[in-house]
Amino acid sequence: MNNAKIDQIIDQHDGEASSLIQVLLQIQSENNWLPKEALERVSQRLDVPLTRVQHIATFYKAFSLVPKGRHGVHICMGTACHVRGAARVLDAVQDQIGIHPGETDLDLNFSLETVNCLGCCALGPVVEIDGKTHGKMTPGQSADVLKQYE
Amino acid sequence: MPLINSPAELDTFREDILSQRDPNKPCITLCSGSACHATGSHDVAARLAEELEKQGLAKEVDIRRTGCHGFCERGPIIVIHPDEICYFQIQPDDVPEIITETIKGKKVIERLVYDDPATNEKIVQESKIPFYKHQQRLVFGSNSSVDPKSIDDYLAIGGYNALAKALDRMTDEEVLEEIKKSNLRGRGGGGFPAGRKWEGSRNDPEPVKYVIVNADEGDPGAYMDRSLLEGNPHAILEGLTLGAYAIGAHEGYIYVRQEYPLAVENVHTAIRLAEEYGFLGKNILGSGFDFEVKVHKGAGAFVCGESTALMTALEGRVGEPRPKYIRSNIKGLWEKPSVLNNVETWANVPMIINKGADWFTEHGTETSKGTKIFSLVGKITNTGLVEVPMGTPLKDIIFKIGGGIPGGRKFKAVQTGGPSGGCIPEDQLDLPVGFDELTKAGSMMGSGGMIVMDEDTCMVDVARYFIEFLTDESCGKCVPCREGLRQMLKILTNITQGKGKEGDIELLEALSETAMEAALCALGKSAPNPFLSTLRYFREEYEAHINEKRCPALSCKELINYYIDPTKCKACRMCFRKCPANAIDSAKNKVHIIDQEKCTKCGTCFEVCPPKFGAVTKISGQPVPPPVPEEERTIRKSKDK
Repeated sequence: MNNAKIDQIIDQHDGEASSLIQVLLQIQSENNWLPKEALERVSQRLDVPLTRVQHIATFYKAFSLVPKGRHGVHICMGTACHVRGAARVLDAVQDQIGIHPGETDLDLNFSLETVNCLGCCALGPVVEIDGKTHGKMTPGQSADVLKQYE
Repeated sequence: MPLINSPAELDTFREDILSQRDPNKPCITLCSGSACHATGSHDVAARLAEELEKQGLAKEVDIRRTGCHGFCERGPIIVIHPDEICYFQIQPDDVPEIITETIKGKKVIERLVYDDPATNEKIVQESKIPFYKHQQRLVFGSNSSVDPKSIDDYLAIGGYNALAKALDRMTDEEVLEEIKKSNLRGRGGGGFPAGRKWEGSRNDPEPVKYVIVNADEGDPGAYMDRSLLEGNPHAILEGLTLGAYAIGAHEGYIYVRQEYPLAVENVHTAIRLAEEYGFLGKNILGSGFDFEVKVHKGAGAFVCGESTALMTALEGRVGEPRPKYIRSNIKGLWEKPSVLNNVETWANVPMIINKGADWFTEHGTETSKGTKIFSLVGKITNTGLVEVPMGTPLKDIIFKIGGGIPGGRKFKAVQTGGPSGGCIPEDQLDLPVGFDELTKAGSMMGSGGMIVMDEDTCMVDVARYFIEFLTDESCGKCVPCREGLRQMLKILTNITQGKGKEGDIELLEALSETAMEAALCALGKSAPNPFLSTLRYFREEYEAHINEKRCPALSCKELINYYIDPTKCKACRMCFRKCPANAIDSAKNKVHIIDQEKCTKCGTCFEVCPPKFGAVTKISGQPVPPPVPEEERTIRKSKDK
């Protein structure tokens, strides 16, 4: 992501230091992750110390400091999904793509995350891939769903 | 684009909208909330538009894509007005038939209407379905008649009337008095009286004040705030503006989870439209009152739902809570008086101003007034959002509205109040819901998550689950929360894995006490609740795990084994085909055997074994019977007998 693009995002927020989180969210959503150079640029432009930018980028779950895979797999671990067997779905998905939550596979194909409640409790257990919700998952079905994304 | 300059102009404008709407014109409302969206409501909408066009009815029939109707289990939902014919689980291919049969032919399509599992009766109208019949949807009901992207729809149901009334005929003090008199208590969890919170800010001499909507609904299993904000954003904006008027604020914030993209989108649209119409901005409705609202997206941190942490996050910093020696309604955002209420609380405000505090207090119990929206999820037949008057017994919510437990299973407990709440067992189901009643039972109202659990749910695992969630979400600022919860999680995990030992329960109790006493914010202080309440009502489960290495609910993976009963197995090969671990030894006409070494205990065999055979069983606390000897494995077909 080039500096011009980052500057453009910052300008949309009037360059206020209080918009730091909103600026990082926008960069993250456009670039998929936060490269070090982007953090430096944001720090400079918003006049916020780099340590604080990094503190924020590591504290909030929405941010990633490493590149993400092409397909974001989010497994809902909310209570409704949990009591309906989300843990077993997670196990099956981990077996299938060979990574743990928070990791990205070496081909940068999948990134696996667990999330706490997507608000689709009636459909639990829920797996969301690239923003598309797959409801009423079973360990067996999850393998079939993942195959569509390889 | 009209700019409405006075309450009188608003009345004229509203009459204008209503006069253009024929109540007898067929209107198809389609639930487009997040859950229905996930089950394909978008495709249904496209097909509806296409078919109406094709059949030459595009001008004769209106389509309205509304927010969540609440009955998420059965989405996508269509209601056809004015006859209120309600169809569930609509697929795009059902659309042509709906238009020819129901719209043109005025006939009800039997297979799409609600089939009451209890009586096998077909119920056509929405309001007669048990799920809706026993509810009182004062706040949530408008969701099903409003397109969240249309401000005219909101005006048509009397929207912004409360704001016009307040600005025109009430002083700011009278608005505050009305809210105080209504005894509206915060729906986000704590149940603090909203009026008293507002009064504190109002009376502070500092001239700059803020009002904030907490839409950082992070409670797993609760999604009413999401549905309200997605489905009826103007109601929240109107409530917020009324609050701002009452306390004298000119700036407001909506702090909303970025995991709720539709809510973010709809609230942005609503703000833009409200500004265009003159319900937000300078000189609102010609009253001289100025108020503007900004949206702040949360970046995924559960602790930011806590008021002080949320305000810190709004300032663009790391969302850590602070000790509340001074409450945030006195020193909050940027050290200014700030009133923070959650989505549902704000949504109640216009209604109270419109109909009056006396009307509001007619609903509910002595100390909890009005209605509450619950998110009824888990092992329940009718999953969805349910709004009932405070004081409704839990039993009515779970059995009358929720339809009880599916699959003939037995009810075990209901968990209320999210991770900070607790579990309520069967013998307390007569308990009326209300802030104080739930607290007395060792649980709490919280934001209104209601997770129903059946006999297959292990209560030790539930406690472990919540502590794990909170350990994960702890901001780490104070030690009792950061370290204490981690130790609790370790012990609970050990117990569920069969590694529990004597003294564990006592140690957990000691850690709980410390966290409750010494943690900085509500997250840590209430974190032990799930453990304490499950211990209070289900102590024998803890003991079975620790002493007998047995999980009575047959749920904890490390303590169970799957086993195929040789007398029941019909060698249908179903489990063999579906087993992802190749752990099943199968051959034609031979009793199947699970290789316990290979088995990952995913439970697939248990799920796919045809119920009429029921050959796969779970066992816990006892050794797996040895496999049948090879010579006895052959199953003789009945004709050979």
